Parts: sequence; C-alpha cells; structure tokens
Amino acid sequence: MENKIKSVFTAPLNFMNPVLVQVLGICSALAVTSQLKPALVMGLAVTVITAFSNLIISLIRNTVPTRIRIVVQLVVVAALVTIVSQVLKAYVYDVSVELSVYVGLIITNCILMGRLEAFAMQNKPWPSFVDGFANGLGYGIILVVVGAVRELLGRGTLLGFEILPKSVYEMGYLNNGTMTMPAMALILIGVVIWIHRAYFYKEEK
Amino acid sequence: MNKNSNTYIIAYSCIMVVVVAFLLAFVSSSLKPAQDVNVALDKKKQILAALNIRNLSDQESAEQYAKVVDRDAVINADGKEIAKGGKGGETAGFLLNSADYKAGKLAVYYCTVDGKHKFVVPVYGMGLWGPIWGYIAVNEDCNTIYGAYFNHEGETAGLGAEIKDSKAWQDLFRGKTIYGADGKPVIKVKKASEVKDKSCEVDAVTGATLTSVGVSDMLQEGFAKYMKLFAGQTSQTEANDAGDGEKK
Repeated sequence: MENKIKSVFTAPLNFMNPVLVQVLGICSALAVTSQLKPALVMGLAVTVITAFSNLIISLIRNTVPTRIRIVVQLVVVAALVTIVSQVLKAYVYDVSVELSVYVGLIITNCILMGRLEAFAMQNKPWPSFVDGFANGLGYGIILVVVGAVRELLGRGTLLGFEILPKSVYEMGYLNNGTMTMPAMALILIGVVIWIHRAYFYKEEK
Repeated sequence: MNKNSNTYIIAYSCIMVVVVAFLLAFVSSSLKPAQDVNVALDKKKQILAALNIRNLSDQESAEQYAKVVDRDAVINADGKEIAKGGKGGETAGFLLNSADYKAGKLAVYYCTVDGKHKFVVPVYGMGLWGPIWGYIAVNEDCNTIYGAYFNHEGETAGLGAEIKDSKAWQDLFRGKTIYGADGKPVIKVKKASEVKDKSCEVDAVTGATLTSVGVSDMLQEGFAKYMKLFAGQTSQTEANDAGDGEKK
C-alpha cells in the first residue's frame, strides 16, 4: 500500500508527467509563463484544484450516476476554479489581473478531466488526492522551469528582481524580446521534453 | 437503488446544483469586500501613474492618492458638473466606469502635484483584442499633457501590451499639445515615419499598429468629450487672472 501511494506520487513527476509525456495542458503553459510569478501561481492553483477535485470526485464516486458523470465532474471543477479565482482576486489582485482569463480556463485543462476520469472515478479518496496533487505539481514544475528561463532571458529578472548585473548590459548584452512571446514558450517546452526524453525517460523501457 | 434511473439522475443533479450554488454564493459574498478594496486601490494606482507617481507599495499608494487628489467630480459633455465629489477623491467620478463614460457621464480628478494644479481624466477605447483605457494628466494650461497611463484587457504580450508595460512609451506623451488652434483635439499616435508635428504626435508602438490606432482614436474621441470642460477651465482661469489684475 505504501509503495502504491509512492508510485502514484512519483509517476506524474517523471514517467507520466502530464505536460512532458501526456502533453496535456499545453495551452495554459504557453500563456502564463512569460514571467515566473504568474507561472508559480498558476502551478499552485492547478495543483490545489486537481488535488481537491480528485478528492471530492473520489468521495462521491459511488453515488455518481454513470450517465451524467462528466457533468458532475465539470460542476465540481468549475466550482473549485471559481472559488480559487475569487480568492486570488481578494488576496493577490495583481497576479489575478495577470492570469486574467487563464484561471477560468483551468476548467478546460485536460489534466483535470483526465485525472478525474482515469483515476478518481476508480480509486479511494487518499490515493486520488495524492494523484491529483502530484499531477498538478508535475504540471507546475514545467511551468516554473519555462517561466524562469523566459523571464531571465527575456527581461533579465526573476520574480521581478534584477538578476543580471549592470556590467553585463554595458558589455553589449540585450534582453531577448522573443522570449516574452508565446512562440518561445512552445520551443522551450519542446526543449524540456527533448531533455526529459533523452536523459530521464529511458529508465522505463 | 438503481443509479441509472431517471428519477435518481434528476434528484442527484438538483441536489448537486443547489449545494454548489449555496457554496459559491457564500464564497463570493464573503470575499467581496476584500476584492472591492483591491479594485479601488488598483484604480488609484493607475491614476497616480498618470501623474508620474509610480512603483509605490499598496499603503503608500493610498496615502499618496489622498494627498495628491483634491477632489473628483462627474461632468457631462457640456462641461457642467453634475456631481461633486468630496475630499480624497473617491466618491463621485471615482465610482464611474466605461459604460458611464459612453453614456456621457465623465469623471474628472482635480489634483495638486508640487503646488501645481493638474486634471486627470479617464479615456476608454478599443484595442486590437479588447477594451483599452487610460488616465491622462493635463497641466494647468488645459492644453498640454503632464503624464499618461494606459492599460488593456488582452492585447498581445510584448507588442500591444507595451502600451501598459512600457513606461518609456507612456512618457512620450509628456508635454504634447492636446487641442489645436480651432479647439479640436490634435493629439495623435502615428507610425514613426509619418510623425510630422512632434508637438502633438506620438510614435506608435513598433509592431502594434492596430493597438496604437486604438489609442489614437481613444484620445481623439476622449478629448473631444472633454473639450467643453477644458475650454471652460481656460476662460475661468483667464477671468480669474483678469480679476487679479484689476485688484492690483
């Protein structure tokens, strides 16, 4: 049992990573990663929502009529997303402005529906919660990596703090404006997937 | 119990909807006050940005706003004041939004920066993907721009979004003339190669032609609305000056 929980937790971080292996949730990964802070908040928001929607669906899985199970899942996810979006507006207003529509669009994030259908409907609450948490985390890590690279190369800052010293700019270094465009996020995610396949993914075979 | 019977499904969905509705209503109403504070503070920061007061913490912003803004007001297109705000500037014009603006109820903020009177007026328009808006601070002479701040809902990051993100671009508006000799707005945003009269034309954001056109139209339309107000202010100041002259 202990081992099973452990593999439920570690799989989405590596072999079954929602972004790298299942290639889910790419849309929002492109949109919110131009800076580190929104990427962090988005990762956190998705983690909270996947964890709790998995938990709730798993708790009520035996009562859900099969014919309307997708509707039930959507209602649970939509309710959680609305709550998270309201909380963000109340406590981190500037971030909620920056994430704008993408918080609402978490509802359509394939990772959520995927985990609910594939895991929470068949498993007990605790493993489901861990699975949701780990999948959100696996998604969040990629967002943070891409967000950090894009902010560092695109603006020379991390979380808004100047990282590159003035002397680097004086030597003729320029911030790479392309990094702030969504197209670069796609390329960066491609690079991350490439590195992952080349060095970490082999072990499973 | 048959979980696939129609009765069960209908009962199940009804209960689910009611539970979720109550939950969301509760969350929404309990977080509303905190959200309203944030929205108001954000608006104050934008107005301060137009007055070239930027990068303050939340608390400093609120303090500065109370210090700098003498009062807010609501005027109509004829320049007549229809609602007078109190000190602190958050009771009249401050409560208006873009719908009021389109309906002809215009907000004005009377401010004092370093002992000089400034007017801040909001303008609203359309960018490439959605609404854009701005706050423009106008000097005492009612004809030159003291500072400008623009914001948007969903312009392209790195291109159209520069109207908000680039302080350097907003600074280009400083000192520009708003009204021409005939009293009509002359302030415009144009492609760098087409700028002829530097006193009233601003270089567009590179790569964001449509957003820049949106800003240009917004300024033209907005200052046409405020024309009567500023014309009235000038004649008033002139009258005051004349009066002062007689006393001396």
